[in-house]
Amino acid sequence: MTGNAEVGEAVAQAHRREWALVLAATVRVVRDLDLAEECAQEAYAQALRTWAVNGVPARPGAWLTTVARNRGRDLLRRESVLRSALPLLVTDDATDDIADGVVAGPEPSGLDDDRLRLVFTCCHPALSRDAQVALTARLLCGLSTAEVARAFLVQETAMAARITRAKKKISGARIPYRVPSAGDLPDRIGAVLEVVHLVFTTGHVAPAGALLVRRDLVEGAIHLARTLHQLLPGNGDVAGLLALLLFTDARRETRLSGDGQLVLLDEQDRSRWDAGQIEEATALLTDALRHAGPTRYSVQAAIAAVHAEAPTWADTDWAEVTGLYDVLRRLWPSPVVELNRAVALGFRDGPAAGLAALAPLLDEPALGAYAYLSAARADFLRRLGRWAEAATSYEEALALTGNEVERAFLAGRLEEAVGKLG
Amino acid sequence: MAKYLFLIYGDEQAWEAESVQERKDKQAGHGAFAAAAGDAIVGGHELLPAATATSLRGSGAGRPTPTDGPFLETKEVLGGYYLVEAPDLDAAIALAERLPELSAAHGGVEVRPIRAAD
Repeated sequence: MTGNAEVGEAVAQAHRREWALVLAATVRVVRDLDLAEECAQEAYAQALRTWAVNGVPARPGAWLTTVARNRGRDLLRRESVLRSALPLLVTDDATDDIADGVVAGPEPSGLDDDRLRLVFTCCHPALSRDAQVALTARLLCGLSTAEVARAFLVQETAMAARITRAKKKISGARIPYRVPSAGDLPDRIGAVLEVVHLVFTTGHVAPAGALLVRRDLVEGAIHLARTLHQLLPGNGDVAGLLALLLFTDARRETRLSGDGQLVLLDEQDRSRWDAGQIEEATALLTDALRHAGPTRYSVQAAIAAVHAEAPTWADTDWAEVTGLYDVLRRLWPSPVVELNRAVALGFRDGPAAGLAALAPLLDEPALGAYAYLSAARADFLRRLGRWAEAATSYEEALALTGNEVERAFLAGRLEEAVGKLG
Repeated sequence: MAKYLFLIYGDEQAWEAESVQERKDKQAGHGAFAAAAGDAIVGGHELLPAATATSLRGSGAGRPTPTDGPFLETKEVLGGYYLVEAPDLDAAIALAERLPELSAAHGGVEVRPIRAAD
C-alpha cells in the first residue's frame, strides 16, 4: 500500500508531465479525439486506485498510455457498429489500428512523435486561431474546458462550444493527424509557434484572476517548445522561442514579493533568477543566431538575454536593447513592438524622450485597450514629476487590466501620484 | 478517401472583363489541374453568370415562388465547382491550390467536405 497523499501527488505529477503524451498516443490508436480524451481521463482515474494498491510504476507515462489504449481498444470493439459511421482521424500509419494487440508505451527518450502529430493537428491553418489556442491548451496542456475558458476570458459554455466545433471540423474535414511533410513544415510551423507563445504569455501574466502566473500553461508551453526543438533542431525560430520562454520564466520567483505584490524588473532580486535556465537559454540563443540568423523569436530572446546579463537594472545596456527592437520592428512590425521600443528608448535617452516616442501610439487602435500603453506613459510621467497626468494614466491602466496582482501594483502607484498632488 | 466540393468564387465583372488570351490561359490552367488531379475529379462545371440564377425558397406552406437572381447579392459569386476525392484535407488543399483562379487577385476557393453516406 502506498499513502494516499503520495499517490495523489504521483498522479498529479504524471498529469502535468505526461497528459499530452498519453492522450496523443491514444489518439493514434482510437483515431477519435473525444474517445481518446475519455480513455486518458479514465486511465488517470484508474491510476489513483491501482497505484494505491500496487505502488507507483517506474514509468507512469507508459503505464497510463497502456491502460488508456487498452480501454480505447475495448470500447472500439464494443461499439464498432455504432462508430463505423463516424469519420476517423486520418493517420499516416493506419496499420497501427485496433487489431494489433501489441502494448506499446511511449519510449522513455527520443522524438515524441505522437505529441507532435497532435500539436500540428491542433494548430492546422484550417482552424481559427481561437480554436487552435483552445485545443492546444485543452489537449496538449491538459487543462479542463473550465480552466481554458478562465485563462482566455471566455464563458465556459462558449469555450465548450468552440472546442466541440473545432473537433468536429478536424474529423469532418479530415484534418490529418500527422507531422507535415518537409515541404509544408516551414509554412506550418509559424502558426504552431504563435500558439505556443500565446499559451505561454497567457500563463505568464494571467489576464484575469488572483494569480499572476498560471504554472500549468507556462510549463505546458515550455514543454511543447522543447518537443518542437527536438524535431527541428536547426530551426532558428523554434530555438529562439524556446530560449525566449526560458529567459522569461527564469525570473518567475522574483516577480512577486513575499506578500504577493508585483515586483517589476528594476526591483527584482537578480540573484534569485534561475541561473541554470538562463545558461540553457543563452546556449540555445547563441546556437540559433549562429546557424539561422536573426528571427522574430531569436531577437526577442536576445532582448531578454541583455536583461539577464545585466548585473543590476542600472547596468542594463539600453542602447543594445533599443537597437534590438529596431531589428525586431523590421522582422515583425507590430504596435506592441513599437511600444516596447519606445519604453527602451525612454530608458536610454530619458523619460521625456520616452514620452515623445509613445505619443504617436496613443491613436493606434490596436493598443486602444492595452493597459501597458497607459502604464508605460504613467511611469514616464511619474519620473518627470508630472503627477496629475501620471494619476490620470494610472487610472486608465487600472481600468484596462483584469489581473488582480497588476491592479494592486497600479493602485499603489496611483496613490503615490495622488499623494504628491497634495 | 473523402469527397470535397471545391467552390470557386470570384468577381464576376473581373471575369467578364478578361481578354481572350486570359481566358485561354485559364482554360489551359483547368486542363493542367484536371491532368494533375486525374481520377480524383468526380465531377465539375463552370456556371453561367449569377444573373441567370433563379432562387426558390421554401415557405413551409404551398408552392414556393421562383424569384430572379442568386440567394446572396454579393460581389464575389460562385462561378464553378469541382467534386474531388482526396485522402485528407491537406491533400485536398494541395489539389485546390492548382486551380488557375487562385492566381487571380480576386479569385478564391472554398473547400467543403461532403458528408459521408451513413
